[in-house]
This record gives sequence, structure tokens and C-alpha cells, in this order.
Amino acid sequence: MNPNVRRRRFSIASAAVLLLSAGLVACSGGGKESTPPPATPAPGAASSAPAPSGDAILIGHFGSMTGSEATFGQSTDNGIRLAIKEVNAAGGVKGRPIALKTYDDQGKAQEAGTAVTRLITDDKVTAVLGEVASTLSLAGGRVAQQYGVPMITPSSTNPKVTQTGDMIFRVCFLDPFQGWVEAKFARENLKATKAAILYDQTQAYSKGLKDFFRDAFEKMGGTITTEQAFSGGDQDFSAQLTTIRGTNPELLFVPGYYTDVGNIAIQVRKLGIKVPMLGGDGWDSSQLAAIGGDAIEGSYFSNHYSFQEDRAEVKNFVEKYKTDYGATPDGLAALGYDAARLLFDAMGRADSLDGKALAAAIASTKGFKGVTGSISMDANRDARKSAVIVQMKGGMPVYVTTIEPPPL
Amino acid sequence: MDGIAVGSLYALIALGYTMVYGILQFINFAHSDIFVLGAWISYTIAVGLGYAALSTAPPAYAGVLILLAAMATCGAVGFTIERLAYRPLRKAPRLNVLITAIGVSLFLQNVGQLKWFFGTQPQRMPPVLDDHVIGTLAGVQFHSVDLIGAATALALMLVLDWLIFRTRLGRAMRAVSHDIGVASLMGINVDAVISFTFVLGSSLAAAAGFLYAMKYPGLNQPAHATWVLLGLKAFVAAVIGGIGNVRGAMLGGILIGFIELFGAAYLSPHLRDIYVFSILILVLLVRPTGILGKPVAEKV
Repeated sequence: MNPNVRRRRFSIASAAVLLLSAGLVACSGGGKESTPPPATPAPGAASSAPAPSGDAILIGHFGSMTGSEATFGQSTDNGIRLAIKEVNAAGGVKGRPIALKTYDDQGKAQEAGTAVTRLITDDKVTAVLGEVASTLSLAGGRVAQQYGVPMITPSSTNPKVTQTGDMIFRVCFLDPFQGWVEAKFARENLKATKAAILYDQTQAYSKGLKDFFRDAFEKMGGTITTEQAFSGGDQDFSAQLTTIRGTNPELLFVPGYYTDVGNIAIQVRKLGIKVPMLGGDGWDSSQLAAIGGDAIEGSYFSNHYSFQEDRAEVKNFVEKYKTDYGATPDGLAALGYDAARLLFDAMGRADSLDGKALAAAIASTKGFKGVTGSISMDANRDARKSAVIVQMKGGMPVYVTTIEPPPL
Repeated sequence: MDGIAVGSLYALIALGYTMVYGILQFINFAHSDIFVLGAWISYTIAVGLGYAALSTAPPAYAGVLILLAAMATCGAVGFTIERLAYRPLRKAPRLNVLITAIGVSLFLQNVGQLKWFFGTQPQRMPPVLDDHVIGTLAGVQFHSVDLIGAATALALMLVLDWLIFRTRLGRAMRAVSHDIGVASLMGINVDAVISFTFVLGSSLAAAAGFLYAMKYPGLNQPAHATWVLLGLKAFVAAVIGGIGNVRGAMLGGILIGFIELFGAAYLSPHLRDIYVFSILILVLLVRPTGILGKPVAEKV
């Protein structure tokens, strides 16, 4: 065979490899917080315009409707739609009905930035709801802040999210508190003294929660045997888990999202690690049991509410949600519902639907009765609430206990 | 042990890349999607047969049945893709075919995400193969699922090797890979041979998909980036072994599996992808034709 021909073939092959690798790097870059600012910022121009679709007030939602965290976006969207249906049935806000526009960000940070830009510049929404994953809320929040449109994240728990600016609010608790709750539960209820950690190094949520848990756990007299990292979407955790097994922990703390947690649980049990696993609200999905199966049974996670809580708001919401969607609402659906209702409440109180006036009304929310507890905005635009611990039993998260925030 | 299990899967996928390259001199980018399809079809069949994620020990023939069904389906899909997408471009410049392959790949990924195919949710593959710890040697656990997986993969590779080097059809494949024009002058039905190559490569990829789903039962949605990465590593295996060389692809696959898992276990699990691609760069620098890709080597 002619050697020249051969050489050319190989240069095609290697060029193709490089091309594909570059594409892959571009894809996986989604985990980082690197959304470029939109090309043409138009300060103040977008938010004051009334909604185009007749007399309705249009609000936007960006969420992961597809992808590894798909149930996050879908549950949240269901919760929001339920709240809208209710408020419209009760006459709307300021006599106008509410309409919703939802964009899918596929669980990718760059898509989140694009989605919020589209919501604000194309659809001219009055306010934005979203995201669940903190990394994505950070990306979307930067855009909302830039255009001066209020944004409420239903369930992003990383402290940095609301530090983006005075237009960004949240209705859930924060990770310093969640980490403290988990550490307290591990020390006092599980009586664990030695815990190992396996966290997702590509998610701000996971890294933050890991640090807060470690600090609180060590302050309460526990020790961390080892900290191991994975990248979201990994399939093989045997190297990290073998190291963890060698340190003989009494507890395995996995602050990840449900798809990865399910995969990890399978391999944890396969390697013969028998200690319980503990995690955060990122576990909250019906898919956790679908993927993890019997491997996830008996493990615990902290959450925003439990559908088994004995409160009137919870019972009322669970019943309505079941009627509409035929499923038990998870914490994200409850938070989506609360975020939307809190927004409508603030819209009703606001002097106008202008960005600044609406933000001021949201910031002055005090003692709002939500499904996930009483919500009051503090000076950092964060909510101060209690958390529940649930345990996976028979494929369902079963209520174990409620942990109140420590006195200030 | 994981190294052999994962490596033999890479090898199975790499074979598909290398066979098509050997004959048509183009890289079938849709090949990794056939692998994904294989995994998801295995899931669909297993669920269709009524094996739930938590069910206990289905009969031993279930695994064989699902494996064969997945291989047959993917073989048919591979045949269709070649017939509809690549054959009309047989005389076109190679770049056109390459771009078509990327198009086919995107098509498969996005169709797979549709609600009436596999959807966008990750799913749990029901355990249709028996999985228990057989024994422990020097701290290494031996799982039956790994042994069965590696044995199946090796058996398939032996069959393929026999097919290519010991049968008339194999001789025809080798002849076509040497020179399509001369082969057709010698009375070989080139189109049939190429179709057969695609069927063969696709069913091997399906087998790899099935075995992968057995080892890592949490299946990501069809367009997830992890699948792309797996396909890419298998392609790297084909290049390292010497693309166009069947035995090279087997060697390259197992080598990549070992490097990746040993690197992850003994150096750092965060850099596992980097080991694979560093080896690729090294091999391309030192031996641009791959380990077994001698200039006069027989290519299929």
C-alpha cells in the first residue's frame, strides 16, 4: 500500500479525535459557572413592559425538564402550574390572570443563562422562577440581576446564589443550615463518630454542602475519615469507594444529585460497604428508588418537607397535587408551589409590577404560610426554615424527624 | 478485574470502528450511538419481559435471550443506516460521509430521547445476570457479572477472529478492505460485504451495550455526555491498536480499560479520562500507525 495514502488516513483519524475531544470539553464545561453576559444589556427596558399576551401577567420558569436532573425541573414546573391554576381560579393578581412560560435548560449552566435571557428579552416576563441546581441558578441569576428582573429560586441551597444581587431571592433553607442538620442527625440520632464523604466536584451545591457538613460534624466531635470526589455522570466509583471502605466509616455522606446517588448506592452495596448513606435535598426524586433499588433502602436524607407531615398546608397541597398529577409531590414540587404563591402574594402587595417595586415587595415578605413551612425573607433575601430528615423505605422517603434552626 | 471487564467492552466497540474504517476508510461516528441503543434496547426488552429492578434471579436463559435480541435489533439498525445513509454516498468524497455519520449520530441520540422511545429519564437496568462475589484475591473482589461479561466479550472476539481469518466471507472482507475495485473485479459482491460488516460491527456494539448495562445498571438518558465519552474512548482504543486492524482493536480496548482503571485506582480517580487521552497522544507521536498497525499489516 502507498505510504502517503496511509499517512493521510491517519491524519484524518487523529484530527477527528481532536475535534471530538474539543466538542466534549465544550459540553462538559456546563458544570462550571461560566455564562458569558448577554450581548446587548438593556437596563430597565425589559421589566416595565406589560405582558404581551392580552391582559395576563407573564412569569417565566427555567428548569431541567430533560437530562439527569429531569425530575427536578418537572416537579418544580408542576408545583408552579398548580399554584397558577389556584390563583387564576381565585381571580388572579391585581385582577389579571397569570400565565407561565417554561424553558428547558437541560441541566446545563450555559443553557440556563440562555433560557433566562430569552425569558426576559423575548417574552418580557415580569419575574423569573428557577432553578433547582445551585450552579444553574447562579448562571440564570446573573442574567436576571443584569436586566433588573426579580428572580426567586425555589430550591437552590448554596449561599452564593442570592449573593448575586438584590433581585435574587429564595424560599428554601441554605446549605450551611442543611449541613448542620445532617451533622446533628448523624451525631445525635445515628450516633456516628466516623464519616466518609463522596461528593460531586462539578456542582457548587455538592462542594458547598460537603464543607458545611464536615465543619459542623467535626465541631460536634466527629471525625471525617476521607473525602473523595467524583464528577457528575461518572459510572464507575470503585476506586473512590475502595479507599472509603479501607477507612471503616460508620456513615457515608453523599451530597449529590439523585441519578449519581442511585448509581453510587448500587456500587457501595456491591463492594460490601454496609453503613447507611446520608445526603441532602438533591436526593429528592422518585427516580432515586427507581435507579438505586434495594441498594438505597435504609439511607437518610434531609429535605424541605415530607408529604407525611401532619400540617393542614401539607395535607391540602398533597391532595390537590395528587388529583392533578397522579403522583406524590416531592420537596421540589412543594417549593415550586411555595415560590410561585409567594411571588403572587408579593405582586398583590407591590405598588407596581416594575422590577424594583416587585423586588421590594418580595423582600418585605414576613411569615408567609407555605407548604414547606413559614417563610420570612431576611436581609440576605434568604428564608429561615426548619428541615426534615427522611429515610428510604420500600422505595418511598418516610418521615423520620424535623430539625429546627438553632436560635440566632 | 474491572480493567479486563471494561477493557473488553471497549474492545467490542472498537471493533466496529476499526472494521468500518478498514473497509470504507471513514470513521462511523454513529457507532457509539449503536452501543447506547444496545444498552437501552436490552433495558426495554428486560422490562418488557417483566423483570423489574428489584426482582430476584431471573432464569439464566433470560440474559442470553436479551443479549441475542439486542444484537439482532442493532444489527438490523446498522444495516439500515448503511443502506440509507452511507451507500448513496459510496462515490462521494470521504468528508461528506464523515459529516453524514455525525448527522446519523445526532439523529439517533435525539430520537432516543423521544417519549415513545427511551425518554429523557435515567433508568435502572434489571439484573438479568447473576451477580455475586465469587472470591477475593489480594483484596480484589471477583464478581460473577464481570467474569461473565469478560468471557462473553472474549468469546465474541474469538468468533469474529475466526470469521475474518478462517472463512470465505472473511476472506472477502479482507479483499474488499485491500482494494474495493479489484475485489469487485474478482467477483465479490462488495455491497453485500459492506452490509455484513455493518451488521457485524453493530451487533458487537449491542453486545457491549448489554454487558455495560449489566455492570453499570444505572442507565443515563441516550444523549448524555457520558455515552459520548465512552464511545470516544473506544475509538481511541481502535486508533491505539492501529485503526483498520481487528486484533489491534481488541488489544487497544483491553489496554485502555487497564490504563483507565489502574490509573483511577492507584493515581487519582479525578484524572481517569486524562490517562486515556495522554496514551493516545503518546502512541500517535511514537507510532502513528498504532501498536499493531504495521504499514503492510492485513486490514479488515
